Amino acid sequence: MSTTESETLVSGIDQTGGDFKYDVKYDFDAGTGLTDRTVDYISSVKKENAWLREFRQNALKTFFAKPLPTHWATRDLENINFDKIRYYLSSGQKPKRTWDEVPEDIKRTFERLGIPEQERKFLAGVEAQFDSEAAYSNIKDTVAKQGVIFVNSTEGLREHPEIFRKFFGKIIPTGDNKFSALNSAVFSGGSFIYVPPGVKVSHPLQAYFRINAENFGQFERTLIIADEGAEITYMEGCTAPKFSTSTLHSAVVELVALKGAKIQYITVQNWAPNVFNLVTKRGVAHEEAEIKWIDCNIGSRLTMKYPGVVLKGRKARGEVISIALANDGQHQDTGAKMIHAADETTSNIVAKSISVGQGRSTYRGVVHIPKHLRGCKNNTECDALLINSNSRTDTYPAITVRGDANFVQHEASVSKVSEEQIFYMRQRGLTEGQAMSLSVNGFINDLARQFPMEYSVELKRLIDLEMEGSVG
Amino acid sequence: MSTAAPSVDAPSVGDFTAERFQRHLAELKGAPDWWVTRKRAAYEKFASLPMPRRTDESWRFSTLTGLSLAAPESAPAASVELPTLHDVATTARLSFIGNRLHQSSGLPAELVAKGVIVTSFSDAARHERDLVEAHFMAQAQRLGSEKFAALHAAFLSDGAFVFVPKGVELTDPIVVGHAANGQAAFPHTLVVLEENASATVIDLFGGETPLAIGANDLYAGHGSRLTYIGVQNWAPSALSFQLNSTLARRDTRVQSLNLHLGGRQSRHESLSQLQAPGAFSEMLALTVAREKQEFDQRTLQVHQAPNTKSDLLYKNALLDSAKTIFSGLIIVDPDAQKTDAYQSNRNLVLSENAEANSLPGLEIQANDVRCTHGATTSRLDPEQMFYLRARGIPPAAAQQILVFGFFEEVLNRLAHEGIHAALRGLIEAKFRE
Repeated sequence: MSTTESETLVSGIDQTGGDFKYDVKYDFDAGTGLTDRTVDYISSVKKENAWLREFRQNALKTFFAKPLPTHWATRDLENINFDKIRYYLSSGQKPKRTWDEVPEDIKRTFERLGIPEQERKFLAGVEAQFDSEAAYSNIKDTVAKQGVIFVNSTEGLREHPEIFRKFFGKIIPTGDNKFSALNSAVFSGGSFIYVPPGVKVSHPLQAYFRINAENFGQFERTLIIADEGAEITYMEGCTAPKFSTSTLHSAVVELVALKGAKIQYITVQNWAPNVFNLVTKRGVAHEEAEIKWIDCNIGSRLTMKYPGVVLKGRKARGEVISIALANDGQHQDTGAKMIHAADETTSNIVAKSISVGQGRSTYRGVVHIPKHLRGCKNNTECDALLINSNSRTDTYPAITVRGDANFVQHEASVSKVSEEQIFYMRQRGLTEGQAMSLSVNGFINDLARQFPMEYSVELKRLIDLEMEGSVG
Repeated sequence: MSTAAPSVDAPSVGDFTAERFQRHLAELKGAPDWWVTRKRAAYEKFASLPMPRRTDESWRFSTLTGLSLAAPESAPAASVELPTLHDVATTARLSFIGNRLHQSSGLPAELVAKGVIVTSFSDAARHERDLVEAHFMAQAQRLGSEKFAALHAAFLSDGAFVFVPKGVELTDPIVVGHAANGQAAFPHTLVVLEENASATVIDLFGGETPLAIGANDLYAGHGSRLTYIGVQNWAPSALSFQLNSTLARRDTRVQSLNLHLGGRQSRHESLSQLQAPGAFSEMLALTVAREKQEFDQRTLQVHQAPNTKSDLLYKNALLDSAKTIFSGLIIVDPDAQKTDAYQSNRNLVLSENAEANSLPGLEIQANDVRCTHGATTSRLDPEQMFYLRARGIPPAAAQQILVFGFFEEVLNRLAHEGIHAALRGLIEAKFRE
C-alpha cells in the first residue's frame, strides 16, 4: 500500500469525531435513578397500552431480583451506579420522514456522523436514533413499496401489534439476564422491522445510535422479523461523545428468521471509553433459515455481548463473525452462543481479538447440541493478538455435545505480531507503527472483508487510530 | 445428623462429624504433633466450607446431586483385591488396604545407600519431617474441590512417600497400590525429586468405597525428570476425587498420565505450576466412560516464569449414557514471556445418549507467547470405518481398532513399553465389560 493512499484514508475520518457534543433541550426527562415511577413515566410519555406497562413493571421486578452475574463476569460491573443513570430522555419529537423536517441542531450532529453522505451513497432507509427517540427516519420508497415495515419500538408495538407482539420478548425473555430485564423495563427507541415473505431488501437498512447526555443510559429495543424466504441486512453503528462519568448502554436485539429467510446483522460499536455496553442479542433461525451476526467492538469501557442463534429448524444455519479491539482501560468481553435445536443445523464462529496496551479481550462462547440430534456441526475459531507485553486475553468456551451423530471443533490461538513480518516491512521503509498497523489489519482482514465496504474502510481507519502510540 | 433439610449454603459434614474426627485422631497412634495440628486445621476448614453450588463456575456442568459425604464407619470388607500392573518390573512396591500400609517390598540396597526413600507417609511424617512438611499439600487447591481436599487432609492416615536425592536416576517404576475395603478412602502420594534426579511413580486405585478422595504432591527439583501415572479403577459405586498437584522447577520435565476407568462419579483436578525457566509439564489423560458414569476433569496450567512449556492432551471415549466434562485453563502470568502452552481435549462419542462437555480456557497476560487450545467432539470418522470395512473387517472389530488408535496417540507418549502395554490391557478390559 502506498503512503498517499494510506493518508487519504486516514484523512477521511475526523479523528476527534467522537468527542463533540451539542446542547440539546430535552422535552421529556425521567430524572435519574430507577423506580416503578420511572417506568410508569416512560410508559405514559409513550402512551403505551396497559399490557406493555405491565410488561415493563414486571421486568423491573426481575431486574431488581437478579444479582449482578459477577460469579463469572468481571467485578467491574459493580462500578455501575444505577441510581445516577437517566433512564429516559426524549426531545419529544415524532420520527421524521424527511430530512427537511429534522431540526437544525440535530442535523449538525448527524452531519458529523456522515449520515447524509451515507444515505446518498448506499442507504435504502435510515433510522437514526438521537437519544431515546428516533429523531430522523427515512424509508426509501422502494423499501416501503415492498411492504417492509421499518419503525421504532414505540411505533412498532403501537401501530403493528399484530406483527410484532407475537415475537416481542419471546426470543430474549425478560428474565434472560439482569440487563435484558433492565432493558425490558425502560427500553425506548431501536428498530422494529418486518420483511414480508419472499421480499429481498436489496440495500442494507441502517441506524446510527448516539448517546448525547451525560450519565444517560440508552436502552434500545430492536426486533427484526424476516418472513418466509425474505432477506435483510441491518447495520448498526455507534459513535459517542466522551463523558466524564460512566454511562450505561444496554440494548436487546431479537431476530426471527422464518423458513428460508436470511438476516444479517452488522454492528460497529465505538462507544466512548466510559460506557458500559451490556447487550443481549439473539436470533431464532427456522427451517433452512440463516442468521449471521457480524459484530465489531472497538469502543466502550466494558462490553459484554455474546450474539446467539437458536437453530430451531432443520438445516438452519448460524454464524457469528466477531472482531474486538481492546485498548488501555478497556475490556471487550465478547463471544457467541450457538444453540442447536434441530437436525442438520450448522454453526460457525470466527472471533478475532486484539489487545493493545493494558487492554483486555475475552472470548466467551457456548455451543450446545442436545440429545438425539443428528448431523449438527459447529466450527469455532478464536484468535487473539497481543500487542504489548502487558496486554491480556482470555478464552472461555463451553461446549456440550450429546450423541454420536454430531461434529464439533473448537480451536483458539494466542500470539503476538510476528517479528519477522515487522522486520520485513521495516526493511522496505515502513515505520514500526505503520508496519504494526498493517500487520494488525492483515490479522483481521479476512473478517473485515465481510463487512460492507464503508464499514470495512471505517474499521481499518479505527484500527490505525487505535494502534497509534502503541509501539515504540 | 438431624433429619431436617439443611439450608442451601449451610456447610455440611455428612458422615464426617467432629466425633468421628476425634476417633480418627485417637486411632492415629504416634502421629507427630505438627501433623495433628495440620489435621485439626484441615478439619475446621472442611467443616466451614459449603458444598459446591450450582452457581460455582468451577462446577459448571457437574452433577451436584451426585456429590455426597455419606460414608458410614462400617465393618471392613472381608476380601480385598490389590490392584496391580502385570509384567512391569519395579524398583519398589508399596501397597495399602483401607488406608493402612499392607506391604512394602524391595527397594534395592544400593538405592537405599544412595539415599532413595520409599516408605509410608506416616513413617515419613515422623522421620522426614522437613521434607513432608514442606511439600505435603503445599499448593493450595483452587479448582473447586477445596472442601474435599480439606477432608482428605483431615482424615488421611497413610500413603506413599518417595524421595529421590540429587542426581539419582531410577529406571523402573515405583508402584503404589491403594485398595479400598468398603470404607472411605484417602490415598496420598508425595514425591520429591531433588536436582537432576529421575523417577517414575505409578498409583493404582481400586476396590469398594463409597467415597474416595485421593491427592498427590509431585515436586520436581531443578533438572529432574518425573513420570507419574495414576490408574483410577474404583468399584462402580464410588464417588471419587483425585487431586493432582505438580510443581516444576527449572529445566524439569514432568509427565503425568491419568487413566480414568472406575467410579460412579469421578472428579479429577490437576494443577501444574511451572515455576522456573525451562520447566516442561506434559499432562495426559485417558477416560473410558461407560453406562451412567460421569468423569469431571478440571485442569490448570500456570506459567509463572519465562521460557516454560506445557502440553495437555485429554482424550475421552464415551459409551452408553456416560458424561464427561473437561474444563481446562492455561494461565500465563505477566512476566512469563516465551511461554509455549498447548491444551487439547478430544471427545469420541460412541453412543447417542452420551454427553461430552468441553470448557477449554485461556488467560494470557504476556504477549510473547504461543498458546493454543483445541477441543473436538465427534463420532468415529465414517471414512476410516469405510476404509477398514472395505478390507473385510467386521464393524465391531473396525470400531475397536479405531478406538484403540484414538487412545494410542496418548499411550505412545510413554517411554516405558511395559507400562504402555499394561495400560492398554486395562483399557481393553474396560471395553470388554
